[in-house]
Formats: sequence, structure tokens, C-alpha cells
Amino acid sequence: MSQPGLWETLRGIIWRDLLLAIRRRSDVAISVLFLVIVASLFPLGVGPEPAVLRTIAAGVLWVAALLACLLSLGRVFTADYLDGVLEQMLLIAQPLPVLVAGKVFAHWVVSGLPVVLLSPLLGLQFGLEGEALGMLVLSLLLGTPTLSMIGSIGAALVLGVRGSGLLVALLVLPLYVPVLIFGAGAVTSSMAGIGGEANLSLLGACLVVSVFFAPWATASALRIALE
Amino acid sequence: MNWSKYSAPLAFYPLAGRMIPWFGTVAALAIAVGLYIGLLVAPTDFQQGEAYRIIFVHVPAAWMSMFLYVVMAVWAAVGLGLNARLSFMMTQAIAPTGAMFTFLALLTGAMWGKPTWGAWWVWDARLTSELILLFQYAGVMLLRTSIDDQRRADRASGVCALVGVVNIPIIYFSVQWWNTLHQGASVSMTAAPKMATIMLTGMLLMTFGFWMYSLAVILSRARCVILERESLQLWSKPSSVPEVAGVR
Repeated sequence: MSQPGLWETLRGIIWRDLLLAIRRRSDVAISVLFLVIVASLFPLGVGPEPAVLRTIAAGVLWVAALLACLLSLGRVFTADYLDGVLEQMLLIAQPLPVLVAGKVFAHWVVSGLPVVLLSPLLGLQFGLEGEALGMLVLSLLLGTPTLSMIGSIGAALVLGVRGSGLLVALLVLPLYVPVLIFGAGAVTSSMAGIGGEANLSLLGACLVVSVFFAPWATASALRIALE
Repeated sequence: MNWSKYSAPLAFYPLAGRMIPWFGTVAALAIAVGLYIGLLVAPTDFQQGEAYRIIFVHVPAAWMSMFLYVVMAVWAAVGLGLNARLSFMMTQAIAPTGAMFTFLALLTGAMWGKPTWGAWWVWDARLTSELILLFQYAGVMLLRTSIDDQRRADRASGVCALVGVVNIPIIYFSVQWWNTLHQGASVSMTAAPKMATIMLTGMLLMTFGFWMYSLAVILSRARCVILERESLQLWSKPSSVPEVAGVR
């Protein structure tokens, strides 16, 4: 029997994670519902004035997306860690960072993509329209993969540690700051008429850097957790 | 002279013990002279009045907070690369001092901001990135204490510190850009008139003093860490560390 190649292995890992997510749909539903509820709480707290809501829309929606991503980070590795699959994954004769990237991609499809797809609806709730709404979707599309990438480092570091849910928030949220700034900045500056392209470029740069470095850091964190 | 023997914690222990008094004394002298120059000799600033004198503590503390984070990350890299126990002990010893200086920089910044800017807290780029630096110190320290296995705690918090050091410049520039985009820098240190030589002397002396203080404190904390972690070895051969043998 010949060894499966890198692409086959990668495809297998992504497909397996997606299949698992489809079998446990309620997990995905919870983080999406969480996003909607958090976003809906802000108008109740701040007040229903459309002008105020439009000003805070970008920041609130981005922070809500950030928290939803954080909430789902525990799912990237924990189940595989508990049933021993992760240990087997470390033994596969393919570079671990690539396999990690596959798992993170699957995580993004399950937790990031629904946020992106849902964002126009939430944007309408906050009175965003036209170009700003498109910019919100675009910035989330570019930004949420970075969130998953950076988040996977934290998820791997706290694997099996007590109180890991809160600890991962403390580790990861400071690292999310640039993405939050550029993402919300893209929407705000397109509303101000400056155009959000500069921010989108920076978001793209963040994505490239994180795709390059994060799987590597995550892989070494996984090796530390499982040695 | 063979320096590499001091990479063994039990050989490092007495060496650190001999160095601490020297660093401590130099630190006390430099800080005393620096404070004397800063508080009494340096002239009053014509724009900010006496309030500016807090920078003699503030600026050195901010410098040390960033410098110590980098030093901590370097020790973490050495520890991860060479698998050296003493490096991780140094990482553990540096983190609290670094966090203390970060907090001191934030506190003195607030104390300076109230009379000068009229607000305790301004979302200035420097202040914000300093605050995030404090969070990162907290993350590294809490990750270490949450993991029971010593080896894993060392290595995981080392990776955490290294990831943080890559992020610090990105965070700094993103925050700076975010701020200028919204309101423009209201107060800039770099645009201030050139600093008088006597002020610069005081500030550099304070920085030197803080540096020596950090060395003294970090070395004595490293000694505690060594005693804690090597207690089994010490138990088997107490003669390896004369001071400990004497106490017992």
C-alpha cells in the first residue's frame, strides 16, 4: 500500500473535520446564535438612535465576531486531543504545520464563514448600507481566517490545561488587536468616504503573515502539549 | 575561563548570589543620583511646569518594560532551542519584574496625563500598546502557573512569549495608525523641544539604575526558582550549594 500524498492527507483532514462539524450541527449553531445575541444586546444597552448605532456598528460587529471565534477555539483540537487522534496526527509522515493549517481551515469554514455570511444581516440591524455593508463583509472575509490562525496557537498552548477556556481568551485577545483595528477601520473609513482599501490591504498582509507563521507556532505548541 | 559551567543551575546559584549585592548597590546609587537630578537640579519645564518631572520615572520604566519583554523572549528562544533549564528559569524570573515596570509606566503615565492632558487615560498609541504589553506579560505568567507539568509549562510559556514578541511591533504600528486616523496625535513626545542635557542625564541615570535594579531582583528571583525546582537534587547532595547547607 502506498503512502497517501500531502494533498490527499490534507484533504482527508479537512474533510474529516467538516464531516464531524456537520454531524454536530448544534456546536456551529451555538456560536452563530451567540454572535447574533451579542450584536443584538448593544442597541438595547446604547439606545436605538440610528446615528449612534451606525457609528458603533463596525466596532460592535467586529468585537462580536472576535468573541464568537474565541468561543469556538476550544473545538479545534480538544476532541482530537481527548480521543487520541491528535497523537496519531503527530505521527503522520507529513509536515505537521501543513496538517495544522488544514485543521484551522476547516475551523474557519465552520466558525468564520457563517459569521461572514451572516454579517450583512447584522449590519442592516445597525443601519449600515451600501458600500459600508459590502466593506463589512469583505473585511470579515479577510480578517476571520487570521483570527482562526492566531487563535489556533492559543488553543494548542492551553490544550488540556485547567481553566483553558478563559486562559485562551487572555492569551489570544491581545494578539487580535491589529485585526480588530484594521477590520473595523475598513468599515469606518469607507463610511467616512475615505475608502477602506488601505485597511483591507493591511488585513490581507496580516492574513499572509499569520498563514505563514501561525501553523508553525501551533505545530510546536502541539508537540509541547503531547510530548 | 569556562563560562558554560554556569549554565548548570546549581553552579549559577552561588555566582548569582555574589553578583546581587553589587548590582543592588549600583542600582541604589544610580537611582538616588538620578532622582536628585530629576527632582531638584533639572530646571522646570516652561510648558508643563513641575508635572513633567514624572518622566524621570515614567520613561525609564517604559523602556525597561519593553526591553525586559525582549530579553524574556530571547531566554525563551534559547531555552526552546538548546533545551537549557536555566534559560527557562530566567524567563520565569524576568516576567514579574517586566510586568511591574509596565504597570509603573502606565501608572506614572496616568499621573502625568491628568495635569498635562486633563485626563487620567487617553487612548494614545503608546499608552494602548503599553496596556497590551501588560496583558501579554499576564498571559505568559498565567499560562505558566496553569500548567502543572514543569517542562510543559516552561516550553508553552516560552512559545507564548515568542509569539508575543512578533506581535509587539505589529500592535504598536496598528494602534498608532488607528489613533492618527481618528483624531491626529494630540500630544507627541517626539515633537517636543529638544531636551536639555541635564534632563537627559537624569533620565539616562535613572534608566541605568532601573537596569541594575532589574538585574539584582531578577537574579535573586532566579535563585528562589532554582531552590524550588532543584529541591530534590539539593536534598541528595546539600554540599553543592554551601549557603543552603549552612542554613540546614
